[in-house]
Order: sequence, then C-alpha cells, then structure tokens
Amino acid sequence: MIEAKDLCKHYGSIIAVDHLSFTVGPGEVLGFLGPNGAGKSTTMKILTGFLAPTSGSATVYGHDIVDDSLAARRRIGYLPEGAPSYGEMTVDQFLTFVARARGIEAGHIIATVGSAIERLNLGTVVHQSIETLSKGFRRRVGLAQAILHDPDVLILDEPTDGLDPNQKYEVRRLIGAMASDKIIVISTHILEEVAAVCNRAMIISEGRLLADDTPSGLLARSRYHNAVTLVVENPHRAASVLSELPEVAKAELHGRELTVFPTGDGLFEAVSRAVSTHGWDVRELRLEAGRLNEVFREITGGAAAS
Amino acid sequence: MNAVVNIIRRELSAYFATPVAYVFIVIFLVLTGVFTFYLGGFYERGIADLDPFFRFHPWLYLFLVPAISMRLWAEERRSGTIELLLTLPITLWQAVVGKFLAAWLFLGIALALTFPVWLTVNYLGEPDNGAILAAYCGSWLMAGGFLAIGSCMSALSRNQVVAFILAVVVCFAFLLSGLPMITDLFSGWAPQALLDAIAGLSFLSHFADISRGVIDLRDLLYFALVTGFWLMANMVVLELKKAD
Repeated sequence: MIEAKDLCKHYGSIIAVDHLSFTVGPGEVLGFLGPNGAGKSTTMKILTGFLAPTSGSATVYGHDIVDDSLAARRRIGYLPEGAPSYGEMTVDQFLTFVARARGIEAGHIIATVGSAIERLNLGTVVHQSIETLSKGFRRRVGLAQAILHDPDVLILDEPTDGLDPNQKYEVRRLIGAMASDKIIVISTHILEEVAAVCNRAMIISEGRLLADDTPSGLLARSRYHNAVTLVVENPHRAASVLSELPEVAKAELHGRELTVFPTGDGLFEAVSRAVSTHGWDVRELRLEAGRLNEVFREITGGAAAS
Repeated sequence: MNAVVNIIRRELSAYFATPVAYVFIVIFLVLTGVFTFYLGGFYERGIADLDPFFRFHPWLYLFLVPAISMRLWAEERRSGTIELLLTLPITLWQAVVGKFLAAWLFLGIALALTFPVWLTVNYLGEPDNGAILAAYCGSWLMAGGFLAIGSCMSALSRNQVVAFILAVVVCFAFLLSGLPMITDLFSGWAPQALLDAIAGLSFLSHFADISRGVIDLRDLLYFALVTGFWLMANMVVLELKKAD
C-alpha cells in the first residue's frame, strides 16, 4: 500500500508537485501521465526516498518515506529516469553490487542475479561492461536491478523509453506478469502504454492531479467515444444524409474520413442501416473507443496547441 | 558495515576497471621520484632518511588528490547513478564514508607502491625505519584530509573540472593557512586568538613534525577532525544539492 498525502515539492520558486494525494494498493498498475515537466519524475523521486517532500507525507506499507526511509526503500524497486547504471562495470558485477546493497544473503546472490538476468534476457551480455551495451540492453539492466529483490513495490520512470517495439512488448509482458500481487507505478508519455499495461491512470500537469481513472474511463471522456468513422465513395453526400439521423449529433469530415458523433446509444446500428439503405460503397467502417491523445490534450490544457 | 564494504568494493573495482588508477599511480610514482631525487637532493644530503621524499607530499597531494576526488560525486550526479545509489537501502553516511574510504585506500595503495624509495634508503644507509613508518602513516592521514575536502567539493558540482578547481583552491588555503600569505589577510584587524586558530589549521605545520617521524597525538587528532568535518559537510551538501 502506498499512501501519499498532500505531497508538495518546491524547487526555489518553482512548484514541481502541488498537493498530490493518492493511494495505490497491490494488484494496481498505476500510470503517471503528463507533459514533460509535469512533476511525474519528482513524485517518483519523493516516493523512493531520493528527495524529501517540501510538505506532506507518504508511506510505503506503513513506513514513512522520510522518517523510516530505509524500511520503505527495502520494499521498493526503482528504475530512475534514463536507467542510470555504472558504465564501467559488467552487467554481472553491477547486479551483484545491487544485490549486496539490497541485503540479499551471500549464499543467494548468484541465484538471485541469475534469475534477474534470465527474466530480462541478458544472458548474452553478462560479462560485457554496461557502457558498451545498446540503449535497449541498458534499459533492461536497469529493470533487472529494480526487480532483483522481488520488491512489493515497483516504481519505473519511463521503463520503455528508447526500446524498439519488440523490446517494449517484452517489458510490458514482464510488467503484466508481475502485476497481480505488486504495486507498480510507471510514468510515461506514451499514451498507448497506459492502455497496454495500466489498470489505472493519473494525469498530472504542473504538479497537480487532474484525472484519476481507469484507461477505459479516460477513453470514455473522449468526444470520440462511441463515434463512428467511415470511408465512403462520396463523403459529402454521406455526411449530409447521416447528419439527418436522430442518433447523430454531428458529422465531421477529415480528409477521406467521415466521423459522426452520437447523441446516445445505437449509432453504429443506425449508420449500418443507412449504409445498406443507400447502397454506399464502404471501404472502412469502425466504432471509435475514444482517443487518448485528445483526452490528454483536453485535460492538460494543450488543446489549443493542436 | 556490510553496506560500506560493498561500496568500497564497487568503487575500488571501478578505479581499476578504467585507466584512471594506472595513470594516477604511474604519475604519482614518477613525481615522487622526481621530487625526492632532484628537488629534494636525496643523494647530495648524504643523510639516510626520507625527509626529501615526505617533504613534498603536501604539494603533490594538492594537485593529485583533487584529481582522484573530483569524480567521487560529480560523476554520480552527471550520470544519474546518484539516484540509484541513494535509493538503495543504505544511509547517506554509509555512501559518503564508503566512497571516501575506497578513494583513501586507493591513495594508500599508491603510497605503498613508493616502497622502492624505502628500499633504496635502507640499501644506502641505516635509517630509522620506525620514523619512516610513522611518516608514511602521517602522509596517508594528510591525504585523507585532502580527500575529504575534495569529496565535499565534488558534491557541489556535476562538472568534474569545477570540482577539481574548487578542491585545489580549498586545499591550498588549508595548506598555507599558517604562512604569512594567509595570516596577513587577518593580522591587524582580527583578534590574536583567531589568528592563532587560523594558523593552527595549516596542513603544513601539522605535517612538518609527522614527516620527521614525530607522532604527536594532536596532529593525528587534527587530521581526523579535518576529515570528519569535511565528510559531514559533504553530507550536508549532498542533502541540499542532490535535487539539481
């Protein structure tokens, strides 16, 4: 259980985190979403005990992150932003160092490091120095270091940044596999990631919590939620016909794509009926779940920028 | 304790994983040789002791110790590993002491590798080996004082060059505080007690006795206190500046 109460962090006159409160429990994969500089990383640095909050408090399984910092840190695995590691060490040496620092008993270190290496497919680079590795491998070394001691809480700052699509898939699979009994907090600015791995999303901007919802809940806030998009031979005529329907609130044409927005239920059925009645030659017809980037822009106030 | 040992082990292996350790040791040995045999007039004096060897240590350390200490925290900050290190379940004190001890042990290794000078003087005459051992210990202690200053300066900046220059300047002030160059700044307006206190801070005057093999408890205490003070300052600086 992580409980944050009224967390604030000021850097001089800059307010990085502004009265942030939330609670996360086991089984939750919480995604911090927000523009760059929103306070996501700062919040994570506070939760992991790296920075002390200016005011407010947070506990990790009952351990205060300031007063009982070591006990709190023992429960946490942390991947800092950019996955820093000691470049001159080999993967093996680095993970052994972290395992020792994590207080893993001498007899179990080899097995623990071995299992982390296996889980992140680092077997081929064990004896290479980290600075010679590709960005993807370095990120995986950072993840291996975070999960080494099988922590109850995983805090991952942009875990898939810089990975190729296959590696992203692997990391998301790994997070998904660990999710059932752990608290996982990830930060990202990749919106698809939230839908792919999180079961809860918090949108943060300028240090304030603007939305706290499930990914599907966020999608439902989109004006595209349950809208229908179609590509037809003559979109202008189709637009004028469809906008007459009682189920249609509005029709918009973007290039070849015609999107009609619902007034209530039954829009998709109504559009299908219209298509068959008029015998249009339809190339594409789809029901929109909602568009996260649009919700994100709207909530974080960047709508004008689009 | 295990945490400190773990950090020492990591740091020491990092020195030897890069050319830093070898370059440093070679330069240190060459310079001690040059100072002892040319500037110190080791042969010309005709005395079987290592005074010409130890006499130049403060000046060697002035530039060489900051070269070792500059990376201690500046590099951790620049590469972001400080965030990794300080979110492990170890205290700030353990991290500071662990990194300091590793660098100090490394300087000890470099110092120990000057043993051919000791062999030479024993081959040529019959020196007081007890005094030489005492002087070695004193030199190592003084290196610790320089190193603690350098470690603190390294925490001030993420730029290693800045850390190096700051460390040299502060070490220089400590080195000379007993000489007129520094005391003249204060004489005339500051009370005599303050003048004495400043003069008493000088590395040179405290090292002078030790280098002749005279171990005075006050000199040992002095270097221990200087080291402790700067390591505490190091912690405070880290606590204040780790966010930026």
